[in-house]
Formats: sequence, structure tokens, C-alpha cells
Amino acid sequence: MAGLAASFGSGAMTNTIAEIENTDVILVTGSNTTEGHPIIGRRIKRAVERRNAKLIVIDPRKIELVKFAHIWLRPLPGTEVAWINGMIHVILNEGLWAKDYVAKRTEGFEELCEAVASYTPERVEAISGIPAQELTRAARLYAEAPKAMILYAMGITQHSSGTDNVKALANLAMLCGKVGIEGGGLNPLRGQNNVQGACDMGALPNTLPGYQKVTDENVLASFQQAWGTGVRLSNRVGMASTDMTKAILQGTLRGLYIMGENPVMSDANASEARKAFEDIEFLVVQDIFLSETAQLADVVLPAASFAEKDGTFTNTERRVQRVRKAIEPPGQARADWEILADLAQRLAMRLQVNMPAAAGTGQSFGSWSYHDAEAIFNEAARLAPAYAGISYERLEQGGIQWPCPSKYHPGTPILHSQRFARGLGKFFGLEWNPPAEMPDEEYPFYLSTGRIRYHYHTGTMTRRSKGLNRIAPEGRIEINPQDAQPLGIVTGERVRVISRRGSVEARVRLTERSAPGMVFGTFHFSETPINQLTNDALDPVAKIPELKVCAVRVEKIKRAELAALQPAIAEMGVDAC
Amino acid sequence: MVTLRTKELRRIHLTLDGKPVLARSGQTILDVARENDVYIPTLCYSDKLRPLGTCRMCLVEIEGTAMPVTSCTTPVSEGMVVHTDTANLDNLRRENLKLILTRHPYNCPSCDINGACELQDLVYRYDISHQDMHAYQIKPADFGETPWATPLITYHPRRCILCGRCVSACTEIAEVGVLAYKGRGSDTIIASTEPNEFGRECISCGECLASCPVDALVEANGQPKGKAWETKKVKTICTYCGTGCELILNVSGNKVTHVSPSRGGVNQGALCAKGRFGYDFINHKDRLRSPMIRRDGYWEEVNWDVALDYVADKFAAIKQREGADALAGLSSARCTNEENYLFQKLFRGVLGTNNVDHCARL
Repeated sequence: MAGLAASFGSGAMTNTIAEIENTDVILVTGSNTTEGHPIIGRRIKRAVERRNAKLIVIDPRKIELVKFAHIWLRPLPGTEVAWINGMIHVILNEGLWAKDYVAKRTEGFEELCEAVASYTPERVEAISGIPAQELTRAARLYAEAPKAMILYAMGITQHSSGTDNVKALANLAMLCGKVGIEGGGLNPLRGQNNVQGACDMGALPNTLPGYQKVTDENVLASFQQAWGTGVRLSNRVGMASTDMTKAILQGTLRGLYIMGENPVMSDANASEARKAFEDIEFLVVQDIFLSETAQLADVVLPAASFAEKDGTFTNTERRVQRVRKAIEPPGQARADWEILADLAQRLAMRLQVNMPAAAGTGQSFGSWSYHDAEAIFNEAARLAPAYAGISYERLEQGGIQWPCPSKYHPGTPILHSQRFARGLGKFFGLEWNPPAEMPDEEYPFYLSTGRIRYHYHTGTMTRRSKGLNRIAPEGRIEINPQDAQPLGIVTGERVRVISRRGSVEARVRLTERSAPGMVFGTFHFSETPINQLTNDALDPVAKIPELKVCAVRVEKIKRAELAALQPAIAEMGVDAC
Repeated sequence: MVTLRTKELRRIHLTLDGKPVLARSGQTILDVARENDVYIPTLCYSDKLRPLGTCRMCLVEIEGTAMPVTSCTTPVSEGMVVHTDTANLDNLRRENLKLILTRHPYNCPSCDINGACELQDLVYRYDISHQDMHAYQIKPADFGETPWATPLITYHPRRCILCGRCVSACTEIAEVGVLAYKGRGSDTIIASTEPNEFGRECISCGECLASCPVDALVEANGQPKGKAWETKKVKTICTYCGTGCELILNVSGNKVTHVSPSRGGVNQGALCAKGRFGYDFINHKDRLRSPMIRRDGYWEEVNWDVALDYVADKFAAIKQREGADALAGLSSARCTNEENYLFQKLFRGVLGTNNVDHCARL
């Protein structure tokens, strides 16, 4: 979200999900929406089928939405900046940009013009494989629409140039005056129920709650006073999750506390992550299952699931919504907040940290004896300005979209409508750089990773759901029939996929969804841990690994080897697909 | 409310069971009756779908027309005089209900939705007994093997009353459109169409099952759903992707037995396969039940005091030995705002490091 924050001043979805059904053009890129966000995918289909919206899909894979698309562009993976610059080039060339808007609300226009000058549709065709004519058509359709919405997801951000990709999309949206209007905007679809909220609440190395910077001494002083623990708050930006693995291996990080995550499965170059968690001096994992990561821990703490606790989640469109306790947690398991509050008090005793007696009295929030989740929410809302007007009482009437600065504020469906959060929207002049790893003779295929609709993330939950596991029991490698034929592979056959970092065995599915020269795998299945292959090359700003592009080769597993594998295959059960 | 589409909104005056009422153009007789608290029985009607008019339970009489009409599909018009409660209608509805019942078994006690079944409610209301059904000695059709199912959804043709709600829901709510009627007469069933030129295929979202009034479409997991009158319903937010769909957890005892759709939320009551069927991890036997410490390679179950003191000792020792930045915390995009807030407060305000992050990047 660093890209959006740099361009607009705020890194969140600018518009609401409902507006998808009230716009003229929808541009979807780097999001397999009907699989990753089925209910948003449904909105897109409704917009196309019932409201005559035009759909542009730009994706290397022939995803389901392509069937609904008016224009489908199939770029090579990792060429985002090139084709976005190309679209901007066409729009500038044909004078289709929003001149008033650009003059009044943005800065850096000259820089943009200069940077895209060389990205003629013909040059973009050479880089990305998108026919020049098609790119031009898409650019016109987007620019000429009164209202047009861009939706994107990890297919844009999980690249070593992820921040640039987002900035490039922001350039495009601002140039056409599509930001800050109803049915417009630039909308990252967040993949997890509360990514937005975790960011809002300061679970980031560089920001406190409400995106207040840890490097700002005034901010630190006010939090220091509010928390009243007497601990000097650090003004040094902390480590990003993707840096932690390396810090462990270098010996500088000795104790790690993981709450509800499974990085051994989800991290790029997962074998290195595993080694790090095995090496670390002290690892605590708090989770609802003994996940692959928890198995490496020194202490495991049992937590409550979403059905067993009260609280709030903030969805992708910044809507704060109430989560309600339905049942008691199993055994001794406790809600994460109860565990954290208990641990904090024990740590405070050992570290001689102040613990003021009562929670939420006056300006002091030092106490950790919270009566319920609501008391914590009220404290957080006092410290994060965008949440200031939200209370559990108000949430009973339905979710509220932040910013909601005061008690009677209705919430904000559309960001940047009068002015950008940073004042003027900023254009960036961007150059396309190829992905960190490209196919070559030894590793001739692109590998991309993603989700399928029946499973979620590393499968800790959905793999334990009988029905979901029956409908999608295994991870398949998707490969284009054109590529499979020379390798002598048919659907259902087991192959080995090898990258510079590891190898994974799985069965294949021959499908046109995968472009020729490209294979695809999901990261839901511990039997086929695809992230042992992926590249941990990071985006320098956002620290996001390049999970969407790396180079691999595919080998058919020979008959003799297969015989040795038989028992393992039998264990996986009957293939339902 | 799904109303018929019209170009302009006009006020319409009509008489409903002898009382003058005011309606808007485009409303159906059923809409107006419900607005005015006049009861008309329905089975195929769902306010989430366009009117179907298949069950024939909502018949009403309009003065000046020869035959009763279905109130769910008939728009109101100026000066209309409607009767919803006559002896003739009562008779028609009763006979109609018996015809519907010739397809549907009389085994309510073992049915999951016993007590929350729209058909059962009508049978009770119209007091239809086994004896009544002897007049209709129709041998039920033999449907053989279950004609249509997915790994998540099972269809029971013997329970199906062919109202068509599922067919509509598949198109109107799910935007998929793979269900259709198949066969003729008493052999008719609901079936999935062959993949057609649009390449549409079932995505097991379960909108069909959620719209079924009689439990003919059920979850394939075979788990009992608990008695309706012992079930607590808790409105909450889905735990999977970032869309933030509203859903209702149905709880019996200390167990989530199924998920039902709410009426609103960003999802407008719709759900995907994960949201609707992916709840059984909650009560899974693998859930962690006790804090554990690894000693000499083996897990030892301990109580909270022992576990948290142990963690506190270790963290305090590392901080004192190597400074706060030798510690780090990975918070979670799966946990609540409150928990994320506390997590960073713990690392910043108690331990004194900014080494806090979560999995937003993955």
C-alpha cells in the first residue's frame, strides 16, 4: 500500500464495493476476483450483465471474468509498468485526459509526460506482448468513460516492482480524473478479513495506530503519555516481516512472537523461512491449530476463533464491522486479546514497567486490565483519529467506513473527493524494470501463484472443512496444453516443478487458463508447498516478495519413481476433479 | 422487496378485503397485502427474488375477473377490489397444498428444518392430516440415485416441491445460472445444466440451498443442524477474505451447526462456498485446547500461568541481554482490530521496539 500512500496520501481502497454496480467501466487487473473475492466477483458480473458496464480484464491468466470482459489483454507477467505507461501514452497522445482535474488537483504532470513518452503502443507490444491496437482500445475505453473503477489485488503488488505498479495505476486513474468520484477510484482488494484493520491499528513497523509515524517525536510523545508505561517509545522504524527471516539467520533477532500466522507456508522461499524458525532462540506461536509454523515453536498458546470472541474487523472498503461471540472457545483456549493483556501484565512486572490501575481513565491508557473488547476499541478509537467517531453502540446499526472523525459523522464512502489526503495527487515518472527472475534455458517457464475459491491462504482452516476439502482435495499445477504436449504430460499426471530455490511435486491440470510458457500453482496445500519455489526478491519500498513471477522448469516424474510414490498418492484420496 | 419494473411511480387506490388502501404503481397485490398486514400464504415467494408464481398458494380473487390470480405476480391497478380470504380461496389453497404434499414426505421429526419450515407451517395452518392425503394416492416417482449433487450440496428430489426458488437464486443472486427444471410431470426434478457455450459451471456457492423453503437442498456433510427452536442465531462477519460479508452463525449447544445468510451487509445476503460451508474448522478436533511448552523435543501441556510466565521470563531476559530490538512480533490480519491494537501496544509500549508487522504482504 506504500504506492497508494505516496500518490494519494492514503493507502486504502478509495471507493466502496457497492459502487461496482454503479459505474460505466471496470478495469480489473492482478485480481482473479471470482476466485479470491467471490462476492465482489459477483458484483462485477451483475454490473456487466444487468447494468451494461464495460469490463476490461488485464491478466496473463484466462480467468473466469474474461468470459464477461469486453476487452481482455494478456500481458507477460511482470510487465505492468510498461503497459500502464503505454495506456497513459495513448491517453496523452489522443488528448483524452482530464485537463481541469490534472491542473487543479495534481502535481508532477510534466514528470509523467516525460517518463511515458517512449512507451509507444508498439514498444509496449514488444515488452508485454499486448497488441498495440488492443492496448489503444482499452486506454480509450477507460479514459472516455464518465465513471471508471480500477480493481486490483496481489497480482499487481506481489512483484519486485509492486510499489511502482501501484503508482503507475494511480497515475492512470488521476490522469483521467477518476479518483474522488462516485463509481471511480483505485481499489486494492484486500485478501484477508482484517488486513485493513491490522494496518489501521499500527501492526506495521513504521506506524502507530492511525498511520501516525514512529519517526515523529510529537506523535511518540502523545502515545507515550497516553500509554503511561514509562517505556521510551522507539523512534527507529522496525523490521518488516520479510526482513525478520534474514535477521534471525544473521543472529540479530532472538525472540519472535507470532499471532495467528503461518509464515512457514506463506512466505516466499519458504524453505529459508523454515530454517530461520528452527534456528531462532525463542519462538512463541499463538494460534487455533498446530500450524506448520506452530510445530517449530517453543511455546504454543491456544487462541479463540472468530466465532468465539467479540471485536471488530475492518473490511477492504474501510468498513468497520462488529464480530460477535457465538460460542465458548474449546478447552483452555482464550481470545487473543485476553492472552495479550495477561502477558503484558506479567512482562511489566519483570521489566519494571508502570501499569496504571484503571483502564481508560482520563488520558491514561496504561492499564492492561480490560473488561471486554469494547474497552480496547474505545482506547484505540481515541488514539486513531479516523476511528474517533466509531463506537460499538453505533456499529449495532451496521458497519461504518473510516474516516469517521466524530460521533455524528456518517463515515466516508469515497476518499479524496474534495482534496487528496496528501493535498495534491502526485504523478510519478516510472520506468519499467523486468522481474527479478526471468525464464531462461534452464528454467523456461514463468510460475505464478494464487488462490482458488474453495480454499483460503495456507489452508489451516479450509483444509479442515470436510466439504471444501472434498471439492478441492489437492493442489494442481496448471499448464497450457501447448506446453504439456512436448513434455508428454496429460491431466492428472504427476510432475516435478523446480526453481532455483526448491522443488515441488504435484499433479497437473491442462488448461487454457494458463498462458503458454506459464504455469500456476496455489499455496493452500501443505502437500504441495508452492512457496518453496517462489522468489523472495523484495519490492524495495513495500517489502513485498515477488510471489507472482519466478522461473521454473517442469519435469514429468518417471514411471519407476512413480511406483515408489504410490502409497503417498493413495493417501491423497480419490480425485474429484 | 423485489417489485415489478415500471417507468413511473403513481399512487394507486384499491380495496383489500373491504378496506381502502393506498399503493404505489409497480407493487404487486402481495406487496400491498404485506405492507398492510394482510396475510396471504406463500411458498415460492422470496423477497430476495423476483416473483415466481409457481406454487399457486397466494391465489386471491379480484372482482370482475373470472378466475383467481396469483397475488405475487399480479400488479395492482386503480380501483381494484381484492379478496384474500374467502371460503373458495381457502378450499383452493387447501387442495393445492395437498397436491404439493404428494411429492413431499411426511417425516418432519427427522428433518433438519423441522420447526422452521414454510411448508410445515402451511400444513399446520390448513390442518392437513395423513387421512386427507389418502384422497391423493399417487405413487411417488422413483428418482433413483440422487440426480444432482456437488461435494458440498445434496439434492433430495423426494422433498422438492419444485417451487423454483433455487433456479432463480442461482441466476439472480449467485449470477451463475446453471440450475434448471428437468423432466416432465411428477418426474420433474431440479438439475444442473450441461456446461453450455457460456462455459458456466456450478461454483457450489450454496445460494440454491439457502433459498430452499423445504430443505430439499442440503449441505452434503450429513451433520445434523440442531433443532430450530434450540438454535441461537448470532450475526457476525465472515473470517475469510477482505470483502467482509455479513453472515449468521447458527449455534446449538456450544457448536456452530451451520451458517445462514443475513439480510444485508456488503454481500446483500449472498455468500460464497467458503463463507457458507467453511465453518466446520471451528469445532474441529485438532483445535488447540491447552498451552504447550516444548521440552526436550516433546510437547508438555501446561496451564496459562506456567506458559505465560515462561514466555515473559524468556522475553524479559532477551530484552535485558540484547535490547528490545532483538525481539519482534508478527501480528495477524486474521485477528480483530482490538487484538492488533493490543499487540503493537505490547511491543511498543511494554517491550520498547517497533519490530511489529503482519502478513499484509502475502
